[in-house]
Amino acid sequence: MEAGKTAESEPAAGPSSAATEAHKPAPNMPQFTREEDLHAYHEMLLIRRFEEKAGQLYGMGLIGGFCHLYIGQEAVVVGMQMAAVDGDQVITGYRDHGHMLATGMDPKGVMAELTGRRGGYSRGKGGSMHMFSREKQFFGGHGIVGAQVSLGTGLGFADHYRGNGKVSLTYMGDGAANQGQVYESFNMAALWKLPVVYVIENNRYAMGTSVARASAQTDFSKRGLSFGIPGESVDGMDVRTVREAAGRAIEHARSGKGPFILEMQTYRYRGHSMSDPAKYRTKDEVSKMRDEHDPIEMVRKRLLELHGVPESDIKSTDAKVRETVNAAAEFATDDPEPDPSELWTDILLEAKA
Amino acid sequence: MATDILMPALSPTMEEGKLAKWLKKVGDPIKSGDVLAEIETDKATMEVEAVDEGVLAKILIDEGTEGVAVNTPIAIIAEEGEDVEKAAASGGKGGPKANGHDAGGQQAPTPTAQAEGLTDKPAATSKTSDDAPVAPAAPATITNKAKEPVMAEFPADTPMVTMTVREALRDAMAEEMRRDGDVFVMGEEVAEYQGAYKVTQGLLQEFGAKRVVDTPITEHGFAGIGVGAALAGLKPIVEFMTFNFAMQAIDQIINSAAKTLYMSGGQLGCPIVFRGPNGAAARVAAQHSHDYAAWYSNVPGLKVIAPYTASDAKGLLKAAIRDPNPIIFLENEILYGQSFPVPKLDDFVLPIGKARIHREGKDVTLVSFAIGMTYALKAAQVLAEQGIEAEVIDLRTIRPMDTETVLESVKKTGRCVTIEEGFPQSGVGAEISARLMVDAFDYLDAPVLRVTGKDVPMPYAANLEKLALPNVAEVVEAAKAVCYK
Repeated sequence: MEAGKTAESEPAAGPSSAATEAHKPAPNMPQFTREEDLHAYHEMLLIRRFEEKAGQLYGMGLIGGFCHLYIGQEAVVVGMQMAAVDGDQVITGYRDHGHMLATGMDPKGVMAELTGRRGGYSRGKGGSMHMFSREKQFFGGHGIVGAQVSLGTGLGFADHYRGNGKVSLTYMGDGAANQGQVYESFNMAALWKLPVVYVIENNRYAMGTSVARASAQTDFSKRGLSFGIPGESVDGMDVRTVREAAGRAIEHARSGKGPFILEMQTYRYRGHSMSDPAKYRTKDEVSKMRDEHDPIEMVRKRLLELHGVPESDIKSTDAKVRETVNAAAEFATDDPEPDPSELWTDILLEAKA
Repeated sequence: MATDILMPALSPTMEEGKLAKWLKKVGDPIKSGDVLAEIETDKATMEVEAVDEGVLAKILIDEGTEGVAVNTPIAIIAEEGEDVEKAAASGGKGGPKANGHDAGGQQAPTPTAQAEGLTDKPAATSKTSDDAPVAPAAPATITNKAKEPVMAEFPADTPMVTMTVREALRDAMAEEMRRDGDVFVMGEEVAEYQGAYKVTQGLLQEFGAKRVVDTPITEHGFAGIGVGAALAGLKPIVEFMTFNFAMQAIDQIINSAAKTLYMSGGQLGCPIVFRGPNGAAARVAAQHSHDYAAWYSNVPGLKVIAPYTASDAKGLLKAAIRDPNPIIFLENEILYGQSFPVPKLDDFVLPIGKARIHREGKDVTLVSFAIGMTYALKAAQVLAEQGIEAEVIDLRTIRPMDTETVLESVKKTGRCVTIEEGFPQSGVGAEISARLMVDAFDYLDAPVLRVTGKDVPMPYAANLEKLALPNVAEVVEAAKAVCYK
């Protein structure tokens, strides 16, 4: 079993070991207040339900092309956003729906983009992998593995140039982390002390290739060492550890010390895309992860057991989230396709006289 | 036996340079490897090292002399034991021959064959063999201003200054950087080195390291960083040392810069200029000689500019920097050093996407751009001597292409020849042919002919390189063919 082997060979960094500990209150485990846990629960659940709905709409033929679901990885982007401030930019690859929702983008607009309708964020012209919101400082949504890393470094370059105190949160997967331009970007970010936090979401598989089969150095927090970029491996299944590490990394970048790398040990429950045959891992591996380390279930437990939140409150949050997602799906189904004239718009901007 | 020291060619395209400083004086013993002098080219200051040993017998070119042609004898070295006075008087063996194959008496610090290849290259110099009576296309001066731009783009009484394409590009960047704090330039050797081809000369001194950014040699990475900065609203000028190296970055140029506006439903524009020398220089072979005009012109979301004159280079680069879209700005190493009149205006900006009728004529339309214009203009002169009046159109912008100007001309002449250094298949000429077939079918009296670079990787050997590039004779022949003469 490939992934089990990986986790054993990397005992300190494996999500399984870290996540197991999270169930018992470890002495140094960062704690959330009741409000923080409620917020995290809502945000992660919204992503989970949204993605489940997207999977359903894909199955119905309403969503076309590629569709990469974020289910299982919710704690990463939610924890990161809890440590970010307004104006910090976010950019990621193609597994991007969770990032959009976490930056506050409207689920209706995101879902309508998935279905290719005129009310989508890109007016139906980008689709699942290419969505943006200048208002929310979400810069995509990129379909070329690793390209967003140089682009995100450029966002950091702009922050540095303007001296605006903002930080670029640049996400990539364990697969993208092997691309050449990632290291070109690391070099320049370190050289110029750019405010970039690189978040490597290690979900153990680049499509169907396990980390151990693709990476000579499987500890991704070390990938910046030769450039002097500090890194940390984080239990990415626990939103608390994510937010704490994010706080440190973002503060490092914001204070002018340059880039920081966070390896998020996480796990994707679903296939790489909707058309993934899942031959490369066992069902047991997936169900073990879901049963023992689910990021949302952990928070739910804390809400009930630690914060004494009544189950009825949690159920009403669940219902509210479902309602939001259903409304998004309904909008995305009813909204018309783009007007044919949209074929010829947004190719070039009009130059000002 | 006395040996001449010749003015060396210090770069593939160098034709002349300034003898900046002598570091040895007459009578000094010379050892192999000694630095004899400093030569200033249009790109850099270089040291000339001695290859042979002896005594410096005579200095033929004083320090401070400008415009010393490559292969001019600059000093005489007397061999050990030889009478220095006599050697100096002898003037050295071989004399000021253009080619340095008389190796016995001549010492050229760089291979003389390289310089020879240079002078043979049609576009590089006026010393071409196939069109000797034709004046060099480039240095149009103020005196012939009236004949030059047919389309008036500035008032006729505008004072003109003569400057090189290189200076025009630099001035364009400097003016735009003064005007807008969001404009910055990044690339390899743009700052401290003053530009690999000296195009960014002086920018670091005026604007500082924050806005003139030396990058490591990582085209893919810094192109992506430039695009990211542009998506965030800055206006980067990304210099590629040559567009050949931009192949490493072409994913960011096309997938990120060109497509994001569309994919974001109009939310995220990418105001960026990618610029640098494109196409063949001289004797740099296949990997350094590629013309990318057709490649980039294939991509919606990009604008592609390829100027010929210094005036167009300046006016169009300023327009490109102000344009809110990603721009590919294709320069040419051989044109960098050529001089043209440029209007002396505080803010000279030209419209992107407009061709210019460079020379009027009624018999045949020659359409070209960038260095291709040098062949077209020389051919037009040759044709004029044979009674054929060619109209020469400089496209200036490849995308969006000004088909209208070409069409109007072809309606008048009924004949068209396209000229480019790029490859024939799916080239710019192929595009023009296709458009004329549709839009000018009833006006054409002959099929459109294309003069292009040959369908081979650029060879290194001087004679093969010359064969691979278009030449004036081919343009003349094609023009006569479509005129059935």
